[in-house]
Amino acid sequence: MQLSGKKIPLSISLLFWFLVWELIGQIGVFSIFPPLSRIIVAGMTILPSEKFIKATEISLRSFAIGMALSLIVGIALGVLMARVKTVRETLGTWVNVFVSAPISALVPILMGVLGIGETTVVATVFLFAVFVIILDTQVGISKADQSLIEMARSFGARRYQIYTKVLILSALPEILAGVRLGAIRGVKGVVIGQLLISIIGVGELFELYSKHFLMEEFWALVIVVFAFAFLISEAIAYLERRVEYYAGAR
Amino acid sequence: MSVDPIVELKGIGKTYETGVEALREVSFGFPVGKLSTLLGPSGCGKTTLLKIIGGLIPPTTGEVWVKGKRVDGPGVERAFVFQDFALLPWATVLRNVAFGLELRGVPKEQRLEIARKFIGEVGLTAFESSYPHQLSGGMRQRVGLARALTVDADIILMDEPFSSVDEQTRRKFQEDLIDLLQHRQKTVIFVTHSIEEATYLSDLIVLLSARPGTVSQIIQPNVDRGSKSADEIRRDKNYLDAVDKIWQVLKKYLG
Repeated sequence: MQLSGKKIPLSISLLFWFLVWELIGQIGVFSIFPPLSRIIVAGMTILPSEKFIKATEISLRSFAIGMALSLIVGIALGVLMARVKTVRETLGTWVNVFVSAPISALVPILMGVLGIGETTVVATVFLFAVFVIILDTQVGISKADQSLIEMARSFGARRYQIYTKVLILSALPEILAGVRLGAIRGVKGVVIGQLLISIIGVGELFELYSKHFLMEEFWALVIVVFAFAFLISEAIAYLERRVEYYAGAR
Repeated sequence: MSVDPIVELKGIGKTYETGVEALREVSFGFPVGKLSTLLGPSGCGKTTLLKIIGGLIPPTTGEVWVKGKRVDGPGVERAFVFQDFALLPWATVLRNVAFGLELRGVPKEQRLEIARKFIGEVGLTAFESSYPHQLSGGMRQRVGLARALTVDADIILMDEPFSSVDEQTRRKFQEDLIDLLQHRQKTVIFVTHSIEEATYLSDLIVLLSARPGTVSQIIQPNVDRGSKSADEIRRDKNYLDAVDKIWQVLKKYLG
């Protein structure tokens, strides 16, 4: 944020908006916006509660399993699409369709097939995250310097060594960008999946709070989920910056 | 040439999928322990020929024989130095130089020790832990050369190694290359488009014709490198005669 040409530190900017929120809450015109101070107090009480801890546990587990699957499948398929023409021709269009498709629309069908439970949420996370990882991996691998592959071959590299020691590392900046976007989508996947199922995890809590108009608790939960998504994304962005020094030099 | 050829080309031809015929009936034996240069007009297929010798590209017709055996792929007795350096951008100089040994499964301690030795020989000891993008073009190619030396191949194939290097660095590099090779019994096959470079470095120059490339003439500059300094060589009569002779041949293929 900028004010009369000067950059304002993030903390000041946040503080300003917190104050605005607090004021609007205190005036009390919009009942869905309670004052921030009361949200924080509500957050303090729900965070240590057994219900919240259990919801977090379930949500994190679904997220972790779904992301792990989409990393494995996404990177493997991305590499195959970049290297094998028939795979690229068979899957290319579908991946492009699914990367932009509103996956949420498929959750009810997933529920029908996989049942109303964690498996459906894991599948939702997977479908939200996997396609962008496939695409970015494919781009990274196709962009890899052919001369490095030739070099590795000239020194007697075996086929798997070309993948492990040249191609994957060469594509790392793109793969990480895909993983970051995938993780952000994955968080959406957890929340949307759980909201639609509405009997487990943070989705159940959201459902509970909004049904009973517990706005303080509701907003506290929103802030926690937003912060989680932001932190995950920043953590991967940090890794990206660490490999960036060679992304430009390739 | 009285010595046995270490690399023998038998009727090498290469036609690309696009229908372009790059090489036709190239037959030649490269003498052991000598520096031979492939020189020719641009597009004559000299780099293609070098890559065929390196086993990186299959020839359409003909055979490559190395040390008395027919080869159809890369091998431990040949090491390649690339025009664009081909260094791993994510790896330090040390790891890049050791990369050939890493691919062959040499234990870490051992391969780093060997790499350090050659980094020293090409004069980059102070840059062991630098990354390629922090080095100049000339330094990067020294890394490429050190990497080729670590695997102790008998034959070193160099594809226009100095073409991305500025003129002054190039001269210094050429002199260092001669120094480095003088003590070793290496056979070097070198691709260049520079007549001066070829004459200055080579024991033997294979002149290729315009596309489709074929052996046009063999020239031995007979420059006495043993006793003369680099600058004296560049004023040597044999040197100047060879440059002129090559130019007379190549001129035909231009325009």
